[in-house]
Amino acid sequence: MTTLRDDTAHFVRVFFVGGYYSFRALFEWLSPWLYVPTLMVTPLFQILFFVYLGRSAHVGTDAFYVVGNALVAMCIATFFGIGFALDGERESQTLATIVGSPANRVALFSGRALPVAVNGIFVAACSFALSSLLLNVAVPPAAVGPLLVTVLVAAASTAGLGFVIGSFGLRYRSLGIVANLFLALMLVFTGANVPRAQLPQWMQVVGDGLPLTRTIEAARALVAGASLSHVADLLLVELALGIGYAIAGFGLLGWFERQARRAAVLDIF
Amino acid sequence: MTRIIVTGFRMHFKMMSRSGLELLATIAWPLVYATIAYYLYKRGHSPDALLSVSLGATVMGIWTMITISAGNAIARQRRLGVLEIVVAAPTPFVLVLAPVTLAAAATGVYSFASTILWGRLLFGIPIRIASPLLFAVALPAAILAIGMLGLLLASVLVLYRGARALADALEYPVWLVCGLLIPLSTLPKETRPISWALAPTWGVDAIRAGALGGDTLRYVGMCCLVSVVYVCLAVAFLVRFERLARRSATLSLT
Repeated sequence: MTTLRDDTAHFVRVFFVGGYYSFRALFEWLSPWLYVPTLMVTPLFQILFFVYLGRSAHVGTDAFYVVGNALVAMCIATFFGIGFALDGERESQTLATIVGSPANRVALFSGRALPVAVNGIFVAACSFALSSLLLNVAVPPAAVGPLLVTVLVAAASTAGLGFVIGSFGLRYRSLGIVANLFLALMLVFTGANVPRAQLPQWMQVVGDGLPLTRTIEAARALVAGASLSHVADLLLVELALGIGYAIAGFGLLGWFERQARRAAVLDIF
Repeated sequence: MTRIIVTGFRMHFKMMSRSGLELLATIAWPLVYATIAYYLYKRGHSPDALLSVSLGATVMGIWTMITISAGNAIARQRRLGVLEIVVAAPTPFVLVLAPVTLAAAATGVYSFASTILWGRLLFGIPIRIASPLLFAVALPAAILAIGMLGLLLASVLVLYRGARALADALEYPVWLVCGLLIPLSTLPKETRPISWALAPTWGVDAIRAGALGGDTLRYVGMCCLVSVVYVCLAVAFLVRFERLARRSATLSLT
C-alpha cells in the first residue's frame, strides 16, 4: 500500500527525472549544429524580416516587431518541443511502454514540458536581446524585470497550448502540420506583426482566444515605459488562459490515449 | 539523362503533391505572409502593389519548398540507408538530386494559385496579367533558377548532418535579402551583391515584370544565367564531396 509520501516522491521523480531524460534524449535541436540555426538564427532573421516589412509599409516601430516576434519565437520551442517529445517517443518505439506504465500522466507530460518552456524563455530572451542590439531598440532598465515576468507568463501560456498540440501526437502522425498551423495563427492573429486595430473584428476575437496576444501587448507597454502594475491585468488573464489550455491539453491527452489504445495505433508511423 | 530527370521530376512532384506537410508549406504558409503584408500595405497602396505582394509570397512558397527539399533530399536517403547505394549507382548523383529540387520548385504553381486566389477572394485584388505570354515564360524560368539554387544548396549539405536545420535557417534570410515582400531599396546597400547572387531575386523580378509590365526577358535571361552557374557549381561540389565521403567512408555520417 503506497503512502501519500511515496506518491509524491513518484510524482516528483517522474516530473523531474523523466522530463530531464526526455529532453536530453528527444529534444530535436540539442546539438549546437541544430540549436543555433533553428532557435537562434531563424528567430533573429524572422524579427529582421518583419522589421523591414514594417519599415517599407510605414507601419509600426522597430520595437513593435522586435517584441512581437521575440515572443512568437518562443512558440517554436514550446509548440514543436512538446509535440516532438511525444513524437520522438513513438519514433524510438517507447510511446507504447510509456502509455502502458502506471506513471501519473500529469507528472509524465508536464515534466516533458518544463525544460522545453525554460528553453523557450531562453530563446525569446536571446532573440529580443540580439535584435534590440542590432536595431538599437532601447529598453528602459526598469522594464527588464517586468519583461522577464511577462516572458515567464508567455512561456506558461504557450506551453499550455503546446499540451493541446502535443496531444495530437498520441493519435496522429502529422504533428508538424498541427504545430505549423498554430504557429501561423500566432503570427497573424496575436498582433505580433499587424496592429490589432487594423485587423477585422473576427480576427481580433480569434486573437483574444490565443496565448501571447496579451503578453505581446503587455511587453510593448513595458518597453514604452509602463509599469508592471499597469499590465498586471493582461498578465493575469494570459495566465488563466494558459491554465485553461493546459487543462484542455491534459483532457485531450487522456482522450487521445484512450482512442489510441482502443485502435492500437500508438506505434503508427 | 532526360529520361532520368523527367521520370524523377514526375515522381517527386506527385509525392510532394500528396504530402500534407509540403502542401502546407507551399499553399498555406505563403498565405500567412501574404495576409500580413496585405494588412500592412493595404493603406495607400495601389492594387498593383498588392498583386506584387501576392507574387512575392508565391516566390516565398517556392523557396520554402526548396529549403525543405534541399535539406531533406540527402538526409532522407541517409536515414533510409540508401544513400550509399544511390551514390554507388552508375547514374551521376546530380541527376538523382536535380529532379527533387526542380519538383519542389515546381510546386510553386500551387503557391501562385493560392496567393492569387486568396488576394482576389478576400482582399479584392484584381488579377491583371500585363503580358500572359511573357508571364508564361517568366514563371518556369523562375522555377528553374530557384530549383537549381536548391540543387546547389543540397550539394553543399551532403556532408552536413544537420542539413535540414541549416536549410530551414536560410528561409527568412533569403526572403529578406531577395526583396520578395520588401523593396530592395529599403535594405542596407551592402546586401545588394548577395541579392544579385540569389535566384529568387531574379525570379520574383521576372514574374512581376511578366504580370505588371517591365523588362521580363532581361530577368528571364538572368534566371537562365544563374541556373547555369548553379548547376556548374553543384556538379563541382558533388564530385568533390562524393570523393571525400567515399575516401573516408563517411557517407552515412553515423
